[in-house]
Amino acid sequence: MNAVLRRNGLGLVAWLVGIVFFLPIAWMALTSFHSEADAATNPPSFGAALTLDGYREFFGTGGGASPWPALINSTVASVASTAFVLLLALPAAYALSIRRVRKWTDVLFFFLSTKMLPVVAGLLPIYLFAKNTDMLDNIWFLVILYTSMNLPIAVWMMQSFLSEVPVAIIEAARVDGARLPTILARVVAPIALPGIAATALICFIFSWNELLFARVLTGVVAETAPVFLTGFITSQGLFLAKVCAASLVISLPVLAAGFAAQDKLVQGLSLGAVK
Amino acid sequence: MSATTTAPIAATPVRTTHQPSTRMRAWATRAPLLPALVFMIVVTQLPFVATLIISFFDWNALYPKARHFTGFDNYKEVLTDADLRHSVWTTILLTVTVVLVSLVLGLALALLLDRRFRGRGIVRTLLIAPFLVVPVAAALLWKHVLFNPEYGLLNGLLHYVGGPQPDWISNNPLIAVEASLIWQWTPFMMLILLAGLQSRDNEQLEAARVDGANDWQIFRHLTLPHLRRYLELGALLGSIYIVQNFDAVFTITSGGLGTANLPYTVYQSFYQAHENGLASAAGVLVVIGSIIIATFALRVVSSLFREEVSRA
Repeated sequence: MNAVLRRNGLGLVAWLVGIVFFLPIAWMALTSFHSEADAATNPPSFGAALTLDGYREFFGTGGGASPWPALINSTVASVASTAFVLLLALPAAYALSIRRVRKWTDVLFFFLSTKMLPVVAGLLPIYLFAKNTDMLDNIWFLVILYTSMNLPIAVWMMQSFLSEVPVAIIEAARVDGARLPTILARVVAPIALPGIAATALICFIFSWNELLFARVLTGVVAETAPVFLTGFITSQGLFLAKVCAASLVISLPVLAAGFAAQDKLVQGLSLGAVK
Repeated sequence: MSATTTAPIAATPVRTTHQPSTRMRAWATRAPLLPALVFMIVVTQLPFVATLIISFFDWNALYPKARHFTGFDNYKEVLTDADLRHSVWTTILLTVTVVLVSLVLGLALALLLDRRFRGRGIVRTLLIAPFLVVPVAAALLWKHVLFNPEYGLLNGLLHYVGGPQPDWISNNPLIAVEASLIWQWTPFMMLILLAGLQSRDNEQLEAARVDGANDWQIFRHLTLPHLRRYLELGALLGSIYIVQNFDAVFTITSGGLGTANLPYTVYQSFYQAHENGLASAAGVLVVIGSIIIATFALRVVSSLFREEVSRA
């Protein structure tokens, strides 16, 4: 009886903590559907009438700057860099797991060590390079940088996913006369595909979130969604509902990708060290 | 940091034959790896070398003609300048506080979630959510929606209980930044530690329980030693990300009120003050700090990795 009570009690504590952690997001969502006047009251107006005004304001129908160019830029930067990452990381991971090069662990740790090099270590030369080659405010320059930012993570993750493919199966297929493309498509892909998908989602999240490179290297044309959000840093009178709507809309792709990759999230974030 | 860390893992035996066919085959094996490797070296290592070179020059972008070699002067200036020294200290304080607090909270949450209870999946999802808010958006949320002294949620809730109405950010700027980061990073720690808890040996736990060990003894003598490396991994990966934090400092305080950390200072000294040489020297210092953390991190990752390889 006592044990049952305690188990339920701790379950209740877990629920409470979960709700406390989620509360800011829930409150952000609720505020985004309030009018600006109701959003900025003290004490807070929990039951105020709901409206889409905050979203209308954010999407620029109220006269402000439209967020669409920034959202499109972020989509291009995230999707394109993720595609490049997969294109470079898949063959690399193959050479580090299935048909291994000599000293493959050293190579793997070289990739990891580049991830530990802080962004500010190369920011200035990268900025100067972009400036001298007219690549400032060009979304494709960001794509290259985001590719380099995510490549080590992708190589590590995919290396660990491809290592899960049993060598015996590949050998058997080879003995049966299957050629490499067939082996990759029929044997390796089905086993590694969920991992590859999770890797792609995690790369997408990191690119979508990135601020420092985007802030320094883009301006009017190539502005990304996080840079657009920095426009809300200084208060502009009554603008809480708009800020909440903007933050929520811009976070939605990350929330969706994160929940989709939930099971592999730890492995990606720990660079494959934890399964 | 271009040095590869040698991980003493059993590698494939070294072949020393120099026949053309084996050499061709070695290149064929290596070929898929090369594009990624070359790309990483060009995009990450070369700029750092450039940073290193620029750090030895007195170079203000507004006066490009006055550029000249100064040796270690920039480093001397970074290390003696009160503001810059303060930003070094801020970086350390910010990183240590955020990592430690989110690690402890993450451990508590992981222990709670390791038990079976109704709706565990939902609670897990609720807890992960803060980590999946775009960092700038999360910082804006804390700055305007929670911390605002007039209509923020915190003071709104305090209002109900007749509490004071503090100006959170002005009173405790660094703690305000830390709070938002802890909120975002606790889920990260929780996920890593939960994975650690779930990799425990169930038979061993069962045996300990049969032998009459209570929950605390099991935690102290079995769980904690097992979790040690997961705790280290969480702390080190967390440190690597938070040492580099720019978003929260930039958004919540814009580096003001003594919250400027090194990444923000580097950003500011070349983007606004155009001091290229100084910015580079500060950047190199961040790298040295990161290498110290990274050396430990690589060791932990490589020990987990070795275990993984030997198990396979």
